[in-house]
Amino acid sequence: MTSVVDADSLLAIDIGSVNTRALLFDAVDGQYHFLAAGAAPSTWGAPFFDIGEGVHLAVTRLQEITSRPLLNSENRIQIPTQPDGSGVDKLVVTLSAGRDVRILIMGLLADVSLESARHLASTTYGTVIEAISLNDTRRQDVQLDAILQANADLVILAGGTERGSTRSVSKMVELALLASRTLPSDKRPRIIYCGNQLLAKKIQEVVGRYTEVQVTPNIRPTIDLEDLEPAQDTLTRTVTSLRGQQMGGLDQLSLVSAAPITQNANAMGRLMRFLSELYDPIKGVLGVDLGASSTTLAAAMGGKLHLNVFRPMGLGAGMEGLLKTLEPADLLRWLPMDVTPSDAMDYLWQKTLYPSSLPLTTTTLAIELAAAREILRRTSDQMLERYPQLNMSFEPIFAGGAVFAHAASPGQALLTLLDGLQPHGLTTLFVDPYGLMSALGAVAPANSLLPVQILESGAFQNLGAVICPVSSARPGTVILRARLVFDDGNETRVDVKQGSLVPLPVRHGQTARLYLEAQRGTEIDPRRRTSGGFKIIGGVCGALIDARGRPLALPEDSGKRKETLLRWSQVVDSRRQA
Amino acid sequence: MLAQVTHILGLAGVRRVRMLPVAGRVLVSTGQRVHAGDVVAETQAATRHILLDVRRSLNFQRVADAERAIQQHEGERVQKGDVIAETGGMFSRIVRAPDDGQIVTISGGRVLLAVESKPQQIFAGINGVVTDVYPERGAAIEGSGGLIQGAWGNGGMVGEGLMVTLLKAPEDELKRTDMEVSLRGAIVVAGYCGDAEVLRIAATLPLRGLVLASMTSELIPVAQGMEFPIMVLEGFGRVPMNGAAFRLLSTSDKRDVSIYSAFNPAGGERPELFIPLPSNGEMAQDTAYFAPGKAVRIQGDPYRGKTGVITQVRPGMTVLPNGIRAPAADVRLEQETQVIIPLANLEILE
Repeated sequence: MTSVVDADSLLAIDIGSVNTRALLFDAVDGQYHFLAAGAAPSTWGAPFFDIGEGVHLAVTRLQEITSRPLLNSENRIQIPTQPDGSGVDKLVVTLSAGRDVRILIMGLLADVSLESARHLASTTYGTVIEAISLNDTRRQDVQLDAILQANADLVILAGGTERGSTRSVSKMVELALLASRTLPSDKRPRIIYCGNQLLAKKIQEVVGRYTEVQVTPNIRPTIDLEDLEPAQDTLTRTVTSLRGQQMGGLDQLSLVSAAPITQNANAMGRLMRFLSELYDPIKGVLGVDLGASSTTLAAAMGGKLHLNVFRPMGLGAGMEGLLKTLEPADLLRWLPMDVTPSDAMDYLWQKTLYPSSLPLTTTTLAIELAAAREILRRTSDQMLERYPQLNMSFEPIFAGGAVFAHAASPGQALLTLLDGLQPHGLTTLFVDPYGLMSALGAVAPANSLLPVQILESGAFQNLGAVICPVSSARPGTVILRARLVFDDGNETRVDVKQGSLVPLPVRHGQTARLYLEAQRGTEIDPRRRTSGGFKIIGGVCGALIDARGRPLALPEDSGKRKETLLRWSQVVDSRRQA
Repeated sequence: MLAQVTHILGLAGVRRVRMLPVAGRVLVSTGQRVHAGDVVAETQAATRHILLDVRRSLNFQRVADAERAIQQHEGERVQKGDVIAETGGMFSRIVRAPDDGQIVTISGGRVLLAVESKPQQIFAGINGVVTDVYPERGAAIEGSGGLIQGAWGNGGMVGEGLMVTLLKAPEDELKRTDMEVSLRGAIVVAGYCGDAEVLRIAATLPLRGLVLASMTSELIPVAQGMEFPIMVLEGFGRVPMNGAAFRLLSTSDKRDVSIYSAFNPAGGERPELFIPLPSNGEMAQDTAYFAPGKAVRIQGDPYRGKTGVITQVRPGMTVLPNGIRAPAADVRLEQETQVIIPLANLEILE
């Protein structure tokens, strides 16, 4: 039989802030399969300051699991595959480890080009530490002091509509130039210029004498159009290069990598953009990666990507970003047991010190899942605020991160996602248990078949189909009549009340047709017509109708609230136990 | 599997590299004996600039004319009132320095003057001998003695003095009434602290340093605002001091010690208490792998802060009582009880 794929085996290395993972893919019988993953602690920080040891340990673990030699006699990754079957044909590398990149944004108007520069900065692992625009009323020397004290690694300089006036942009450039000249050569920030292209060449000539200048297409070509995508690749390359300076070993790995090293978030974004062209372009797809240091939300509709990296915002060192603004009550409301505010906060602050540590008790696990819900809620709210054209009606939703991959039960992962993201309408939720999303995104431009075949192979865990109708009816009122028709002709009818979480009797892998009849003005899905019924496929948690309302409100009474939380947990896990 | 290491050592060789973030002046030389509080290197960081637009002030049309009028050069120091630029001629117009400072750049008919700066200093952090000097950047210091690393510190401060251990039992709590005036100038070792007022009293005495077993997370901003070094051994919450640290600190009471409260885990900086000793110890190793016989400290309730010894590293994944699956080890606690702990929750004590 002729193979439909290029029979390359692929090793993907993902260097995270806590763990480094080695993922092996190979073609078997003309289909790509994910074979296994090996993991080890990342070694980009102290005491190694070099990713090499973590990569070596992760690949060694992968060798042990697969019994396939991947390292040669010099302990280097064997590329390409040898006649004896050892080694791999290709290597791709993704990275989320490293110190935050400190970003200074400069633009003309605070709510136009500066806002676009801020949006661009939010697509990478960086923190905006200073912003300067024409609206800034500070004297120029005060602005200069602010720039110098910001100790920025990178300047994103935006402004000027295409072929518009260059005078105001020149003023900004002068300030950036003055700052560059003032700083010692090893402290000068790199500059990405993404403004009016009339000035691009001159800026490269003049400012380029002092620091590295990259020019990208204008991210705000007209006053009402923002186009970040052409600049994102340049930003990714620059951030990867800056991080490569912080840690050893990245350069050596890039020499043997089949594609440029990609930031994890950008690789995931690329995968979502790719998938959004395969799935319903009206609904769009969402990728969520809840990491130790950062949280990434990648929303894509019909090939258009909206990438959002929130940092510090994660379940490890990034917890600090949540804790600094978190009201303990917002956390405690998700706990089905009595925990004092100080105990919950102490636990989460401790997690910032030991990011890789796992919860050992039911209570501490519940605290972490509560933090995960709050992170998802805050980041998704911010994304919708940033991009008002989006709403939370994506289908499907893919979720990655240790909190989902290693959840005590799939139901726990599903409920955390539903409570945190609070989707609207019809969706299917998948968990990425092996952390494949970034690897698939990194390889997608070179091999579009691999991600599709891996997704079809079941490497992602289908948690279930969920229908989230929205209604303003009072709790207890019937808002939806559902009729579920199975392939064998049997059918089940369910009346769904406002405030309820209703399991549908669909087994994992079973298909059925669902007919919904909205009552009292209930909106079933804001982006998809549901009349005439539609097919659903049961996941590991079956299928659910989440009629708990949006935004999700919990009972005020502590006893009732705990009872409600426990009931919801039982509902999502009931299908698995059945 | 690679493990996180925490040092709680009665005697060890310690090497610490102290570097400035930017070029500056190194104040020590190879072979020199230094104390923890000695400045190893320093630099001046400009904090305020004044931009003098000579072209506009003197009404020149062309930048070249403005630059010809500028009388100073880059790098020169000027006093308040010094002439920066003048047009010349009978009715010369003049731009004068508005403050004392140094000319940083001259560009586009403008002069940038740095008028305020603050010194940036790095300290030895431990008592020892300078073994390497990195020109313009810093030095490496090697010392020998007892070493205890903490989980959290309030940031880059150094203290030296007599260590006074208030701790009678690992679970003791530090109270306001414990903060007696006799502790002035001491480095105090205590248990849990849950009262911000205790830290404020410590600052007024003042103490030269404070070593706590644990602290409520509510005190983080208070501790960060203190001008004396504070290090926390176990972390946040009410956690007794681990047995190894308790024994070492209890037996080192009234010794001269130093404390360094740096906290930058990714950068390799952890808070440390150093007890200088005349004997030479073996160099403390910063890397270790999980293996039977290794002493460990546990993170995470219900065993948090407890120490024990690995009896077996389990193959594959282990299902924990709460349903989570993870690589794990069997650990024998000090009371001879055996528990299963995920490797992610273990630190090797070396």
